[in-house]
Amino acid sequence: MRRKVPQFVCALFGILLFALYFSSHPLARALSQLVLVEYWQIIFAFTLLVGVVSFLKVNLKSIERGEDRPYRIVSLMGLLSMPIVAFFWGIKGGTPFMWIFENIQVPMQSTVFALLAFFVVSASFRGFRARSVSASVLLVSALLTLLARSDVGGLLSEHLPVVADWVRNNPSMSARRAILIGIGLGSVTTSLRVIVGIERTWLGGKQQ
Amino acid sequence: MNISDATERSIKNLFVAHRCLSCDIQEMSFLIILILSGVEADWFDMTRFPVLVSAVIAFAIVFYTTYHRKSRGKHKMRQIPGLKAVEEAIGRATEMARPILFTPGWGGDIQRPTTIASMNILSHVAQTTAVYDCQLVYPTHDPVIMSVAQEVVAESYARAGYSERFREDNIQYVSSSQFGYAAAVDGLISRLQPASIFLLGTFEAESLILAETGNSIGAIQIAGTDSTIQLSFFIVACDYTLIGEELFAASGYLSKDESILASVRSQDIMKVLIAAFLVAATIWATIDSNSTWWVF
Repeated sequence: MRRKVPQFVCALFGILLFALYFSSHPLARALSQLVLVEYWQIIFAFTLLVGVVSFLKVNLKSIERGEDRPYRIVSLMGLLSMPIVAFFWGIKGGTPFMWIFENIQVPMQSTVFALLAFFVVSASFRGFRARSVSASVLLVSALLTLLARSDVGGLLSEHLPVVADWVRNNPSMSARRAILIGIGLGSVTTSLRVIVGIERTWLGGKQQ
Repeated sequence: MNISDATERSIKNLFVAHRCLSCDIQEMSFLIILILSGVEADWFDMTRFPVLVSAVIAFAIVFYTTYHRKSRGKHKMRQIPGLKAVEEAIGRATEMARPILFTPGWGGDIQRPTTIASMNILSHVAQTTAVYDCQLVYPTHDPVIMSVAQEVVAESYARAGYSERFREDNIQYVSSSQFGYAAAVDGLISRLQPASIFLLGTFEAESLILAETGNSIGAIQIAGTDSTIQLSFFIVACDYTLIGEELFAASGYLSKDESILASVRSQDIMKVLIAAFLVAATIWATIDSNSTWWVF
């Protein structure tokens, strides 16, 4: 019963949403909207509560055990302070909530994002070593693209940007589309397996 | 015939009213107007007919390979290095007495087939870690994924016969913000120093941040995603990468379940059909440049 009810709900909504996709009728569109947006938001709101409670529990337990105490305290301070300042002063411009958002959260996010530039360099350095034929092809393609996208490329040769565009639009795009076809087919079969009930791992696996 | 915008607007307004007022008369009037409005509108969108035909063909192939007795013979699946390395990664973590970190990325939610495919691998990994008594840490950005993952891991531990080893706190919600999530997972990787890292799911810009951090601590990394852009980052930064449909075939590969393997075989049949269609369309378009029958 514990598995049959979720499986039934999954199959029902899977088939319903599939059927609704092929209809332009307002009722069908309204129903799709209802399931995909409204119901989803309700489920998300409840699980968010579960997530926040779990976050609190995990951090409080770690503080109690003395594990990563400074990080955990900062996390909890962030979690608790934002709703408090939002509750008392609102979330409009000029409020403490917006000040914290603009001066603490956004710069921190930008900092983490900025790390990506350095990681790209270190990953490229490792990936572009010409250890084999395929790695050499990768290296040459990367160099071509890099040169063509900078001002130097056009100065070296007028054909360089053309060659780089050809590499991007033909061999690279063909490989990408082949992968996308595989992903699409994989998505179709996985969805069908879940709807029909062949795949029950998401329910914790098959009943023993 | 298309229904007028006014009727559509009134239906939307009724939805709002339906949410605000919960009286029975309101609900009745809402349903009556919806049914009546359907009299003059099309139930089937003809522009989506080719999609329906393709879907029916795909369903027929999947059902045939899965349920037809003769086609359910012994399926031989090619070796997928990334999946073959799963056992090695768990074994390594056990020998080193260090945890395993598994994360589904920031880009997806539980509705995505990629996340479901990732859950299938998680189930197998959790069952093995339960047997070896190896710590499995699962940080996620989505509370719905967290709830499902807790259920999947708990059931896997129970299936392995070690329910008492399951620690709910190891499957944790960290942040819904993309770089908040990336920073949290990076922090976990740096502090816990996991021996093995599984990056399987839908990843966006955080992919390389996580993969490079994992690489810097010398963890064995197995990655897989449906994003072709992030795949290139995983290929250079991780030890094994599941490309394209390999991520979706993982469930059958790891569980050796006949029905799942049969459905994986259907993917290959569909791939052959698509290739044949592309070749035919290419030849046709070359001969008759004005032809458009193959466009949909």
